[in-house]
Amino acid sequence: MDNLLVAENIVKNFGEFRALNNVSIEVPKGSIFGLLGPNGAGKTTLIRIINQIAMPDEGLVILDGENLKPEHIRDIGYLPEERGLYKTMKVGEQALYLAQLKGLSKAEAKKQLKYWFDKFEIGDWWNKKIQELSKGMAQKIQFIVTVLHKPKLLIFDEPFSGFDPINANMIKDEILQLRDEGATVIFSTHRMESVEELCDNIALIHESNKILDGKLLDIKREYKSNTFEIGLLTDHKAEVIQNLKEKFQVTDATFKTINDELKFNIKIENGASPNQLISHLTSKGELTHFVEVIPSVNDIFIQTVQNN
Amino acid sequence: MNHLGLITKREFLNKVKNKSFILMTFLSPLIMVGVITLVVYLTQLNNDKVHTISVLDESELFANEFVDTESTKYDRLESIDLETAKKLVQETGNYGLLYIPKGDNIDAIADKIKFFSEESPSLMVMDRIEDKIEEKARNIKLKNSGLDPVAVNKLKVKINANLETFEGEKTSKEGSLLKLAAGGIAGYLLFMFIIIYGNMIMRSVIEEKTSRIIEVIISSVKPTQLLLGKIFGTTLAGITQFLTWVIVGGLLFVIVSAVFGIDIAGAQMEQQQEVLNQVANNPAAQDGFNVLLQEFLNLPIANLIVMFIFFFIGGYLLYASLYAAIGAAVDNETDTQQFMLPIIMPLMLAIYVGFFTVIENPHGTVSQVFSYIPFTSPVVMLMRIPFGVPIWQQLISLVLLFGTFFVTVLLAAKIYRVGILMYGKKPSYKELAKWLKY
Repeated sequence: MDNLLVAENIVKNFGEFRALNNVSIEVPKGSIFGLLGPNGAGKTTLIRIINQIAMPDEGLVILDGENLKPEHIRDIGYLPEERGLYKTMKVGEQALYLAQLKGLSKAEAKKQLKYWFDKFEIGDWWNKKIQELSKGMAQKIQFIVTVLHKPKLLIFDEPFSGFDPINANMIKDEILQLRDEGATVIFSTHRMESVEELCDNIALIHESNKILDGKLLDIKREYKSNTFEIGLLTDHKAEVIQNLKEKFQVTDATFKTINDELKFNIKIENGASPNQLISHLTSKGELTHFVEVIPSVNDIFIQTVQNN
Repeated sequence: MNHLGLITKREFLNKVKNKSFILMTFLSPLIMVGVITLVVYLTQLNNDKVHTISVLDESELFANEFVDTESTKYDRLESIDLETAKKLVQETGNYGLLYIPKGDNIDAIADKIKFFSEESPSLMVMDRIEDKIEEKARNIKLKNSGLDPVAVNKLKVKINANLETFEGEKTSKEGSLLKLAAGGIAGYLLFMFIIIYGNMIMRSVIEEKTSRIIEVIISSVKPTQLLLGKIFGTTLAGITQFLTWVIVGGLLFVIVSAVFGIDIAGAQMEQQQEVLNQVANNPAAQDGFNVLLQEFLNLPIANLIVMFIFFFIGGYLLYASLYAAIGAAVDNETDTQQFMLPIIMPLMLAIYVGFFTVIENPHGTVSQVFSYIPFTSPVVMLMRIPFGVPIWQQLISLVLLFGTFFVTVLLAAKIYRVGILMYGKKPSYKELAKWLKY
């Protein structure tokens, strides 16, 4: 597969402290890549290395087939977690300035800004100062200046913080649209439900080491335990559960239903077909609920970090 | 490098558009001119009042000494006793009463001379009166000893060594004072500028840190570029403000003296007239006056101005990079205190060396050494230049200054690069040293 960004064996030390230890990632072109990890794991350091804010002590970063070089700055759009704008500068001036720093000409920057300001319906903010805007409003400006120069690679660090659900949804749609238009996105967040929703690939960094990476679906397949969540309507609850426990690995389960079912999880052998289980269950009562338990990113995250 | 221009422009415009900057730029000369006008006006108001001093001279020796002048009138009282005279003076509301008693000899009289007044008299008035009495008394004593006061006056020798350089240029002590003033003003101005605009840079770095825009910016430009852009932008803003002060201040002075200040100009004219009269009456003084004028024209003014600009740029850049590094190392302005001392110290040292050592001996070893050390050279060298410093010395000093700037800005950039992304803790000097290695 064609990778837009490859980082190979990145090592970064801060004095005695090793912030990144031989970390490698591969980000396929046109995908959304989730960079996950607990606080202080080294995610921001890796992102800063990709942005050439920090230099790696060892290792190599390749962007679109070339070794990372200063000119690549304009191919990257970065929304840092610690972000802000000049408080006393006017919105328009500021956006123009930041766009020009990214290498756009003034005319081009104006054109792009008009497009985005119209799109977000914020044209009348142009002459306001940032300090007059609310946090959410300022975040929108920040998002615009990040994507304005149409970079190949977009790096978002906690992009949804500071947004209400409506605006967060709007930003999410924008990210997906940018992806569809060909941009590659690296996405770092602690909000696992958005990783679930958006990411094609993930990498998990813990205590300076990468401990997990790959396609999200592959990882989920790997982490699933052939467990099914079952709801069964029967008049003889005790008898049925006793019977099942003799044949299968049964654990308790809680989920919401409208009837008074018997609720439990059953784990079957690797490779065994769930059909057998289903026919066995239907003989015991009325099957109302049968779902394979797929591990959430949240579960995978917690499980992997705790095991390391 | 296009970015450097962009950043410089933004920094400059941001400073210049700032309301308090505009206010300061236009208000400061106004305040300055206002204060000076007020002082001049008040002084004149004070002088305008004509004092009338009553004189009761029982000794009858000083009859001809007290001649009315513009600011002081003398009212001779005769054939009344002291008590009556006192009452009379109080009633008429005169400034005071000078009482000279009868006596056997001058010394006895001198001891008993008294001045009565409502309030304590001004020093200037008393000086004038005392001078008059002293001169007369001396003349009387000279006569008593059989000497001719006129002849004695002729015997007085006034020593004013005529200074001349080996090249044959005439100079004078007054000229030295002039040089000192020119150098001192230039040096002090530089010192003030470095502190004011250095702080401005520091605040602007801290602002970027606290507003958290810094990471957005340095994902687009190299921190060193940002640092340089900030320094250049603020320098330009500083120069703009300075020039505005000079121009606005100058204009205001002209306007003020034209509208209200006929008196100011008048007073100056009068003084000048007085000086000119003196000069005209005294050939020796005329010579001295010419020398002084010559002195002023002989001051290496062009040299001073050119070097002021170069040393200003060099010294300012050097210190500005330090200020920026400090700004990057801390989170807020209150934390900067501990790092300010090492910056202020060499500057203070330069000012002290300038005002004490350079006055003593402009070309002595200490003066020379400090005019080479880059952290003190801008101030000290500027103070030395009016006394004539060989151009090669100035150039060496400049080269050292700019060389040090390049080293310092590299080190500052390292601290800056690390510091701008560090939040939350106040670093120690040890940590700063560690940052240099990152």
